Amino acid sequence: MTTTALAQDRSSSVSLSSRLETDRILFVVGAWALALVWLLPLLYAVWTAVHPSAYETRFDLLAPLTLDNFVQAWNAAPFARYFLNTILLVTMILVAQLVLCTLAGFAFARLEFPGKNFLFTLVLLQLLVMPDILIVRNYATMSALGLVDTILAIGLPYFASGFAIFLLRQTFKTIPKELDEAARIEGCSLLGLMWRVYVPLAKPTMLAFGLVSVSHHWNNFIWPLIITSSAETRPLTVGLSIFATTDSGVQWSIINAATLITSGPLLIGFLLFQRQFVQSFMRAGIK
Amino acid sequence: MIKREWIHAWLLLAPALLLLFAFTHLPAVQTVFDSFWSTPRGRRPAVFVGLDNYQRMLADPIFIKAMVNNAIYALITIPASIALALSMALFVSGKIRGRGTLRMAYFTPTVLPLIAVANIWLFFYLPGFGLFDQIRGLFGFGPINWVGQPTTALYAITAVTIWNQAGFFMIFFLAALQTIPESLREAAALEGASRWTIFWRITWPLIMPTTLFVSVNATINAFRMVDHVFIMTQGGPNNASILLLYYIYDQGFRFWDTAYAATLTVVMVAILCVVGIGQFFLLDRRVHYR
Amino acid sequence: MRHLLKTSTLSGALLGLSMSTALAVDLEFYFPVAVGGDAAATIQAMTEEYMSANPDVNINAIYTGSYADTTTRAITAARGGNPPHLAILSAVDVFMLIDEDLIETWDQHLSEEELKNWVGGFYDAFRANTHKEGKTWGIPFQRSTPVMYYNKDAFKEAGLDPESPPATWEELVEMGKKLTVRDDSGNATQWGIRIPSSGFPYWPFQALAIANGAELMNEAGTEVYFDQPAVVEALEFFVDLSKEHEIMAPGIVDWGATPKAFLDGETAMAITTTGNLTNIRTNATFDLGVAMLPKNKQYGVATGGGDFFLFKGHGEEETRAAIDFVKWATAPEQAAAWSIATGYVAPRPDIWETEKMKAYVEEAPGALVARNQLEHAVAEFSVYENARVRQILNDAIAAAIVGDKTPEQALSDAQSEADEVLKIYRQ
Repeated sequence: MTTTALAQDRSSSVSLSSRLETDRILFVVGAWALALVWLLPLLYAVWTAVHPSAYETRFDLLAPLTLDNFVQAWNAAPFARYFLNTILLVTMILVAQLVLCTLAGFAFARLEFPGKNFLFTLVLLQLLVMPDILIVRNYATMSALGLVDTILAIGLPYFASGFAIFLLRQTFKTIPKELDEAARIEGCSLLGLMWRVYVPLAKPTMLAFGLVSVSHHWNNFIWPLIITSSAETRPLTVGLSIFATTDSGVQWSIINAATLITSGPLLIGFLLFQRQFVQSFMRAGIK
Repeated sequence: MIKREWIHAWLLLAPALLLLFAFTHLPAVQTVFDSFWSTPRGRRPAVFVGLDNYQRMLADPIFIKAMVNNAIYALITIPASIALALSMALFVSGKIRGRGTLRMAYFTPTVLPLIAVANIWLFFYLPGFGLFDQIRGLFGFGPINWVGQPTTALYAITAVTIWNQAGFFMIFFLAALQTIPESLREAAALEGASRWTIFWRITWPLIMPTTLFVSVNATINAFRMVDHVFIMTQGGPNNASILLLYYIYDQGFRFWDTAYAATLTVVMVAILCVVGIGQFFLLDRRVHYR
Repeated sequence: MRHLLKTSTLSGALLGLSMSTALAVDLEFYFPVAVGGDAAATIQAMTEEYMSANPDVNINAIYTGSYADTTTRAITAARGGNPPHLAILSAVDVFMLIDEDLIETWDQHLSEEELKNWVGGFYDAFRANTHKEGKTWGIPFQRSTPVMYYNKDAFKEAGLDPESPPATWEELVEMGKKLTVRDDSGNATQWGIRIPSSGFPYWPFQALAIANGAELMNEAGTEVYFDQPAVVEALEFFVDLSKEHEIMAPGIVDWGATPKAFLDGETAMAITTTGNLTNIRTNATFDLGVAMLPKNKQYGVATGGGDFFLFKGHGEEETRAAIDFVKWATAPEQAAAWSIATGYVAPRPDIWETEKMKAYVEEAPGALVARNQLEHAVAEFSVYENARVRQILNDAIAAAIVGDKTPEQALSDAQSEADEVLKIYRQ
């Protein structure tokens, strides 16, 4: 009886550890398989971009390497201008968002006033009904304002971000009231209080939001497509789409070189900030 | 009596709310008005047409198709993206060799512009000499025209969307997972609980708020992410992959029928409000944001 | 005639010079690019050259992206009270531009002599799209037609004569069958023919319809003839290429990937625009052949591409300066350089007489095919509400190709939808 129990016990522990082992292997294999699939398009982009166009559809390890595609892509469209436009655009949007939404988030988090809940609901509504889908009407507004085909017009609808207001409000709410009161006793003005106490403590949230905002607007397409019509205002995505959809057929090696050029800064940025990015999200309490 | 604090609050809110009203609320309301008028053309000004645009919409088979497609698109992308994002987060939250590389691999699609990667996917999907068919060819399978036949075109688009957004959602789950005390899971593991049990009993309930937050985002994306349709199928073949926002773009900016585009937008806004408010209520019951 | 043209350009320029006193004329000119990167640089270089020769004219040439972008930009600018002087827009947008009251005819600004020698000197096939109600609304510039590219090596392998590509639909099917190569499991490794059907299938389809003796629309742009038996037959033929004869890949065949598919030997013949000639010629690893599209009842293709349009809302002096620039740009020397750089078909017979062009034809005989085919070319499909009606036709073609509807059903549905859209233009 005891021996059988012991044997049973042993066999179950053996099976348990072997089960854990298989489990572990499956886990690792799964993780890497998924990663491979997820990286495949990028790997393909790199492959075609550094080989002559004859190797777009043939995967020969001995294929000759070339940087020609990058040169051709760069010369085929005013990418330098597109870069400048995009950088101006995302910077403008981010700065406006941080300033406007900090002010608004603070008011919602710390001040009492009539209409607060109603207004906050309206803000939350923008999380759902984004400017992205109100393209028809916003286009009409922009033409009425004479802003069609300006970088300002691409950014303006996104300046007041419901998401940013919501995030900052959540963050501000977690800041202990004591800090607030201490500063007030020292005679801080409201703006001074915000600047000295709230903004520094909300930095992780701002960083996290900033990265989301930059990557979103760097890659945004439909609204800029509609509202811009010249190289002087066009951001990278729109420039890239024009460049890629000519009547004369897709040339993957050149388009992919252009894709790598245009998303390079973001990719590198993410690689550098990867740790901070995740940590900011944790500390920002976006969960 | 108006208090000082009120004035301060309103002043702080004014710039943000002004812009919010100008580019979200006001246009949303104006869109409703526009939908009762005809489209002005050159020498023919807009006239009040009542519900004509709505009647036309309900009789428009392409609109119906876009609605059905968008529903399928949403019903696949939302759960699939959440499941994949969560798996990714679980893969890279614990100790695993090459964690940084894995994280990067999962997240990369998010920083690539959809409009550009659509061309890469287009190549993958090409019948005969595209990557997928080359791989299938190794196993003796015949070519499939993934984006060129109505049975698969929408799913081909859907897969790209999932690929593009899952890594972004992973970040949210990753942040959520790291707030779960390691001791909780270790204790469970010591008691011989399987990975599966730990997940369903401990992790899943604790990350519920994140899941709901992500699902709201995924819902919005299901109506917003149509960039790749421009490159891959243009809504075809025969509208097999048309989505609501793409159809709005077509009507508004290719056919210049702004009134009808406004009518379609009203439907879109209504759907988003209903779905979104529903999810917010769900969210509110589980988590208290106040 | 060439001499005459030169003098008239010169006198036009002199006239412009004498009229503009001290002030230079500022012109705004929008142009799209639909054929890869070099075209934009070529146009910029052309305007630079013109300005250095005519210091009293200042042309702001704005690259405005695709055709659709350019149209949008021009409409918006004109509605905002700031129209460009000139724009190259898709020739098929002519009805929309007239309907929106944005453009004016060239005739009212031109002398008898200019009308006869300059405007009259373009190929009729290219003029057809923008010559409406006896008036000239557009000047052909970046125009193209579809041609058939074929792989001579593949012809030899199939035991066919590489110098006699299919000239009729019957031969196309017959040769296509010989050119379709399958592996042991029955999967095609090389198709006979590739006619793209994504994006704008109406264009290659229109060529088939014309070859079958059909017309798709009336000249006034108010009627379409989708449900005519000859049109239905053309669509049946298009569908049968993959369904019945199995010489073309099934489903929607991508437009953008067509040059690649042809260059990779995935297909032995391909029908696509002359705009691809340069790309295909430089990258082909096999012996390349270019031929006219096969005929059924007759030869035939539709033209494509863009015209110069003159926008309303400018003074006579500025408009005249814009016209002079266009006259210069379409003069033989400039137009030949443009055609060679881009692959667009030179739109006037006298351009083909230039030394440059003759040398080019020696080197790229395919270019000549496009010219010879012009004799059989007609206006590209274009009606009022063009984008919408065209989409209706595109959807019908796609529906028939993927088997959602029979060709007959698809076209009769399309006919009634198009009639519904066009009825307000028939009063």
